[in-house]
Amino acid sequence: MSHVRRPAPKELQPTSFAFTPENLEKANKIIAKYPEGRQQSAVMPLLDLAQRQTEGNWVPTVAMDYIADMLEMPAIRVYEVATFYTMYNLAPVGKNFIQVCTTTPCWLRGSGDVVDTCKKELGIDVGETTEDGQFTMIEVECLGACVNAPMMQINDDYYEDLTADTTKAILDALKKGEKPKAGPQSGRKGCEPIDGPKVLKAFCGCGAAPQDADASEGDA
Amino acid sequence: MPKLTVDGIEVEVEAGATVLQACEEAGKEIPRFCYHERLSIAGNCRMCLVEMERAPKPVASCAMPAADGMVIKTDSDLVKKARNGVMEFLLINHPLDCPICDQGGECDLQDQAMAYGFDASRYAEKKRAVKDKELGPIVKTIMTRCIHCTRCVRFSEEVAGVGTMGAVYRGEDTEVGPYIEASINSELSGNLVDLCPVGALTSKPYAFTARPWELKKTDSVDVMDAVGSNIRIDARTGEVMRVLPRTHEDINEEWISDKTRYAIDGLKRQRLDRPYVRVNGKLQPASWDEAFAAIKAKVAGLDGKKIAAIAGDTVDCESMTALKDLMGKLGSANLDCRQDGSKIGGPRASYIFNSTIAGIDEADACLIVGANVRAEAPIINSRLRKRWRSTAGDFKVGIIGEKWDPTYKNDYLGAGPDTLSEILEGKNDFAKVLEAAEKPMIIVGMGALNREDGDAVLAATRAIAEKYGMVAGEWNGFNVLHTAASRVGGLDLGFVPGEGGLATNDILDGAAKGDVEVVYLLGADEIDTSKLEKAFVIYQGAMGDAGAQAADVILPGAAYTEKNGTYVNTEGRAQQGWRAIFPLGDAREDWAIVRALSGALDMTLPYNNIDAVRARMVELSPTFTSLNVPTKAEWSDFGKAGDMKPEGFVSPVRNFYMTDPISRASVTMAKCTEAFVKDAAAEKVA
Repeated sequence: MSHVRRPAPKELQPTSFAFTPENLEKANKIIAKYPEGRQQSAVMPLLDLAQRQTEGNWVPTVAMDYIADMLEMPAIRVYEVATFYTMYNLAPVGKNFIQVCTTTPCWLRGSGDVVDTCKKELGIDVGETTEDGQFTMIEVECLGACVNAPMMQINDDYYEDLTADTTKAILDALKKGEKPKAGPQSGRKGCEPIDGPKVLKAFCGCGAAPQDADASEGDA
Repeated sequence: MPKLTVDGIEVEVEAGATVLQACEEAGKEIPRFCYHERLSIAGNCRMCLVEMERAPKPVASCAMPAADGMVIKTDSDLVKKARNGVMEFLLINHPLDCPICDQGGECDLQDQAMAYGFDASRYAEKKRAVKDKELGPIVKTIMTRCIHCTRCVRFSEEVAGVGTMGAVYRGEDTEVGPYIEASINSELSGNLVDLCPVGALTSKPYAFTARPWELKKTDSVDVMDAVGSNIRIDARTGEVMRVLPRTHEDINEEWISDKTRYAIDGLKRQRLDRPYVRVNGKLQPASWDEAFAAIKAKVAGLDGKKIAAIAGDTVDCESMTALKDLMGKLGSANLDCRQDGSKIGGPRASYIFNSTIAGIDEADACLIVGANVRAEAPIINSRLRKRWRSTAGDFKVGIIGEKWDPTYKNDYLGAGPDTLSEILEGKNDFAKVLEAAEKPMIIVGMGALNREDGDAVLAATRAIAEKYGMVAGEWNGFNVLHTAASRVGGLDLGFVPGEGGLATNDILDGAAKGDVEVVYLLGADEIDTSKLEKAFVIYQGAMGDAGAQAADVILPGAAYTEKNGTYVNTEGRAQQGWRAIFPLGDAREDWAIVRALSGALDMTLPYNNIDAVRARMVELSPTFTSLNVPTKAEWSDFGKAGDMKPEGFVSPVRNFYMTDPISRASVTMAKCTEAFVKDAAAEKVA
């Protein structure tokens, strides 16, 4: 088993939590989206908001209690949600939170190399954080980008079509404080076949990008 | 009303019933773990799978609504195979520790594995292990055994109203528990042990003490509060091992409070097991004859006016009857069963829970006056909570008195009589709620009636009841909540001062002044015994508590587990409990002690067996003519209108876990007090 999710030890848990004024405003907007009496539905976006606000990108227990109070629900119901969804970190993680997909399609396409490269480059094992607090690496199940396997997610971005080399390049850039370009690292734009389009060639001009394609690129 | 066929048997069930209920209607047993009649449906154990015609796969019968024309099969090969599969999966991570598991012998998983289990495991991989949770002094956890039925989660959320338990993490990693270490701060937590279908939640005080098949089971009635919860006493070789609830839909459903369940270890400590006589200021062991002789020496020839009797909170009606008759023979009218000095005892309707406990299910508004229902009668509080939940919050509850957390939404109206007057005058917002309600009810606690001005408070509550239509036609929503199991029985029997007789406080004052020379305490410990120093005190009871310490003669009686006894609960419902074990040492059944004493005093009471005593009880009150029926009481005038003091009402129960000699002697209750009551005190400060 890799990376067992458990709450951070007491020493790491802050003793208080409150949304910043900006986040409080956002939270109220989120809550207002749900009908009267159904405010509890806002628990997931609020947990996300709390996680983004907290240093170390995680949800401390006090934040869950704070949200429970805010939404007038028992704290345990918030704990249940926060522990169920793996996107909520229950303990602090590094500034760059690397989640390498090792489910079958990625594994077939060489996710083992990606994991090994991370281990080697960062000097940490799966589920560990570097001493400088810059990187945490974990293995995760399918992140839904199988077409561009293997892939990893770093914070909010997907890095796809990875090899050992591209993985290293991304990590090196991050170490320097740069933000490497997200998306496929192989040169393809999105999830078209890796050796070029096979169908609808007339529309896309067989490599010469048609005018429309440029417009849609921004969304990808 | 859908009609469906189960295994060829046609059954008709109520609309909204599930397929599982329909199967039961047809007499088919459906195995289940997560389904429980009194909890919401979860449908996550999958053990109740049945075959339904035209369905592509087996359906979970607990979560499938019964519909017209369904054809259900519960014993087909498909069903058997499906359940076998479910069982195999349940057993994958379940440890094979039945020989050291306290659930062994009464375990649903064990039983159902006999029917649906495979003789050997095909699972070679590692089993998972789960860290045990610390849930406090009552519930012991061995979480590796948990099969995630979530009954405990639903119980604590729905019935107990404390959101402590949850299912955290996910998939194989799922754990049932509180996430952060937290005790279950509920008076009903012991029920989790009954609910758990496996050995994950077991009883801490009972751990490793007995196996279910060794126990002799006896039906009885609880005396720890005035609810009269139906219980089953499990005993082995003259020792009470545990107390379990018996189902009674109109009283406790199938729950009991933690005090009911766990105070029994107090019965093994501080017991009176032989008579004592005070010689030269020290209590010396004595024989029955010596004890009776000491009483005779004091009582013989004494004016009845100088003799008094007080009955305690947990005594049975038989012994009160015998003592009342003995006092009559002694020519004394000084007897009282209200050791708290509460101002009750008028017409019957003025001192019982008229709407009955089941009546709460019909009420649509409730005014609670001077009662901390959660501490005084947790079972009734859970009934109120049930009503609040079933009406989706339309059941409005107003509280006058101390602030306490009822676990459901309420309006806190005020602390005392002033608020009561406001309601009566219609000046309070809650008055509108009562006015709008079709079946409003009022619960008056002892905290409102045990005061000097209790009569005036009683009159005010009666006026409120009449003004807001709480007494109309068949509905009588005027309810008095007692805290003592013996109180209503005592009042029905007329164990109250006769003409010119003294009530409890007058008896105590008289004893202090020397006017009352002999005081007979029948299990009465919650009185100011310092006033009894001058008097000759006879204490009859099972526990060596305050009363026994003040005694000159101790007559060892039987605890409620050790005698056949009749008790009348706060609804006015007479119920009988049976003897589970024999009294300790030289102790005897209480009515028989009084009868023997009467013989020694040459004024023999006219009954030789318990049936004759019960016949006498029927003479004294119609309550005892039929058991288990809450007889309706005629509404009439009671209470004395007058000035009420402005002080707020204070509930007599300061610590739920310790209210009587038995629970005060209990180790488990002491642990609970330490764990929960101090917490509560700290909370109050914060």
